[in-house]
Amino acid sequence: MTVIKKLVTLLRGSARELGQSVVDGNATRIYEQEIIDAKASITEAKTELAGVMAKQMQTAREIERLKAETLRYEDMAVQALDKANEALALEVAERVAGLESELAEQTQAHANYALQVSRLKDLIRTAEARVREHEREIGIAKTTESVYRATQSISESIGATGSQLNSARESLERIKKRHEDLADRMAAAEQLDQEFGHRALERKLADAGIGDSDKVRAAQVMERLKARRAASGGSNA
Amino acid sequence: MPTLLEQLNNLDLLTSALMGGAAVQLQPITGDVPVVQVSIEGRDELPIFVTCSDLQIICLCYLWTDADVRPERRAELMEALLDLNPSVPLSAFGRVHGRFVLVGALARAARAEDVAHEVAVLSDNALDALDALADYLK
Repeated sequence: MTVIKKLVTLLRGSARELGQSVVDGNATRIYEQEIIDAKASITEAKTELAGVMAKQMQTAREIERLKAETLRYEDMAVQALDKANEALALEVAERVAGLESELAEQTQAHANYALQVSRLKDLIRTAEARVREHEREIGIAKTTESVYRATQSISESIGATGSQLNSARESLERIKKRHEDLADRMAAAEQLDQEFGHRALERKLADAGIGDSDKVRAAQVMERLKARRAASGGSNA
Repeated sequence: MPTLLEQLNNLDLLTSALMGGAAVQLQPITGDVPVVQVSIEGRDELPIFVTCSDLQIICLCYLWTDADVRPERRAELMEALLDLNPSVPLSAFGRVHGRFVLVGALARAARAEDVAHEVAVLSDNALDALDALADYLK
């Protein structure tokens, strides 16, 4: 059974137990030891694997060599026969027979090595999967432990200082009231500022042509420019 | 491995820098596990708690409790939190002993700078979430 599945089963039973049950000290220690052991066997298996793969390559080379040799000697035996030298041909045939039995041995050895390689790779894959799973379980157990224990300390600390926890909404309201210029996502606060804030009033005054805003002074500038134009006698072509 | 408080050396200054210069205070909390409370000026009601396990540094912000939730909108809230979870960067919604939390985690050997970044984002997310989901609360 995987660890999250275990947690869900616990939750269905009694949520309050979750923190305690997940944090089974012995389980964590057992997993930690199993991880150490598994990692050791992985290292061992990998070393062995390297060795066997090397031997596998060696036998493959031997097989090629033996095949080539066999062909060579077979050719020579045929040549001896062509020269009607039966005795010599027989000697060469013996050699060929010897090479063939060596080849059979090497082929068998090669097949064995291939099997070993496959077995070791499976072993390593399984052990690695086990390590990953245990690490995951330990991670979850330890996180749960930290979060639950921290919450406990924090609750106790709050309890000890005697400070009342405001309701969440009250906390929110206090924070919001405190920040008039909260320049981020407080759309509500921004709306308040828009409707009732300082700049809104100035804008209204400016719209009405009152006060010292650019809008108001723009009208005055226009007056000045028109007057100057009139004084200089009309058009400036 | 240094103690949590040692590892979080200057967390207050680093976090302050990320939060527009707001004053940040660190306070160790007594208990079985090391816990450091991070209070950010202007958000004192939403402190961030930093703790650690063998493998992680965990940052927590408590949002509201089961008691705060409107019973008739409870199921809807749960759905909303689940739907929101994948979208919220560096933080995840959760519940511990009836308290709804935002959680963020880092590697145990994380630098104070990284923790500061996590704390800042968590704090912003917490405020944002609380504001966004206030309708579900009493």
